[in-house]
Amino acid sequence: MSTPVLSVRGLAASIGHQPVVEHVDLEVQPGSVTAILGRNGAGKTSTIKGILGLIARTAGEVELAGERIDGLATHRIVQRGVGYVPEDREVFASLTVAENLRLAERDASPRRELVAELFPDIIARQAQRAGTLSGGQQQMVSLARALLNENRILLIDEPTKGLAPKLVTEVAEALARAAEVVPILLVEQNLQVAKHLAQSVVVIAGGRSVHAGPASEFFADEDRVERLLGVHGEAHA
Amino acid sequence: MSTVVLLLVTGLGLGALYFLVASGLSLIYGLMGVLNFAHGSFLTFAAFLGWETARALGADTWGALGVALLVGAAAGAIVAAGTELLLIRRLYERHIEQVLVTVGLALASVALFDGIWGTDPQFIRGPAWLAETTEILGARIPNNRFLLIAVAVVVLLLIVLFLRFTRYGLIIRAGVENRSMVTALGIDVRRAFTVVFAIGGAAAGIGGVLASHYFGYVSPQLGGSLLIFAFIVTVIGGLGSLPGAAVASVVVAVLQQFANFYLGGTGDLVVVLLLAVVLLVRPRGLFGRAA
Repeated sequence: MSTPVLSVRGLAASIGHQPVVEHVDLEVQPGSVTAILGRNGAGKTSTIKGILGLIARTAGEVELAGERIDGLATHRIVQRGVGYVPEDREVFASLTVAENLRLAERDASPRRELVAELFPDIIARQAQRAGTLSGGQQQMVSLARALLNENRILLIDEPTKGLAPKLVTEVAEALARAAEVVPILLVEQNLQVAKHLAQSVVVIAGGRSVHAGPASEFFADEDRVERLLGVHGEAHA
Repeated sequence: MSTVVLLLVTGLGLGALYFLVASGLSLIYGLMGVLNFAHGSFLTFAAFLGWETARALGADTWGALGVALLVGAAAGAIVAAGTELLLIRRLYERHIEQVLVTVGLALASVALFDGIWGTDPQFIRGPAWLAETTEILGARIPNNRFLLIAVAVVVLLLIVLFLRFTRYGLIIRAGVENRSMVTALGIDVRRAFTVVFAIGGAAAGIGGVLASHYFGYVSPQLGGSLLIFAFIVTVIGGLGSLPGAAVASVVVAVLQQFANFYLGGTGDLVVVLLLAVVLLVRPRGLFGRAA
């Protein structure tokens, strides 16, 4: 097996003095999507933030293509090719769509054509303030910011959260297209979307990774899905 | 009528001074969450250097005043950037320590200025035109008010252009809204912190040189006395809002002038009451965003 794009071993992280991630191991292979699954409050978002250094890491190792990055500041990690799409989008509401995208451009030749192809709707709204967009459109802006640069991996946190079913489908299609050009570590509560996109899954419970393996095997075992996630595999969480 | 015009223009001139101090305070708080109590020291230092420069060049010429303004802006920017790099940078997210350090710096700098320039005010001279008056609708307006208003408008425009059309301006506007997301886009937001301190220091430096012409002297307490009203302006306008700082500067200064004249010298009291009303009715200020 080739070197993982992202390798996390024994990650622990805290917010203030409160531990929110206790021991997480995971890997993302080149050209693949790995879904982080788990119940509410399990530590999925905190794992993503711990990898990026957005919350304090207290233990563990994080490697990007074999190179340690856990000692770096967040902006340095991102500069090395880690794109981030946060939970709740976090677009800059007072900036226009064009300004949101321009701010995210790091590369000398940003992939504007790819973004225009994937998200024609937001390109048509470049002069509009991002805060006035719908939730789905804001999600597109957030995804576009991450796709503008030649990242080695994208960390995407609950991209379909709070979206109408039609928009969930659109975002899932955009994610599938994105996965063609960059590996993804995806936190997703919507099991249908996770099942559709992921080749591997990692289940987190109580701040610890409790299962890792191929997505097809995981979703085939409905008892395990129900035991670990508290939902039926066919249901939306 | 002439009294109203005089109070109005004098209020606008004082508001221009408040804005020059408050603009930096507001941007610094908006981006970094730092309440910078040392901001008045930047102003005082720049005012003294401006005064020394004008004296050396011939205080009654426009050229000397122009150079004094440039020296004041540069001095304010350098001292402010140095303060950020050497003291504040270690203390982000540590608000108590920030207050202690900036208050300590303010107190220490006043003592330093006392030691260098003495405790007495140093009376200044400028171009003769500034000491003259111009009649508008029957009111004889001191000419230095026009200079203050013009310079404040230019500074406001320059800051707006910088924020709107430069990459750092974009980073600062985004950072005021969501600093951690700017970092998560791979941007070293700390560089923007230094830039904002330098811009705020430059505006305060210009304000220092102009304040010495408005009051007719420069003293070690000059910055401290203006800083109190600049903080009030910043809170009323909305922490982090440049338009808020501009509007609140004018409102506070004009109200202060009218209350001083018509309500028996109660200008300061009225301003504090206005602050209390704004905090009760609209705690985030006139232009501030909801938390």
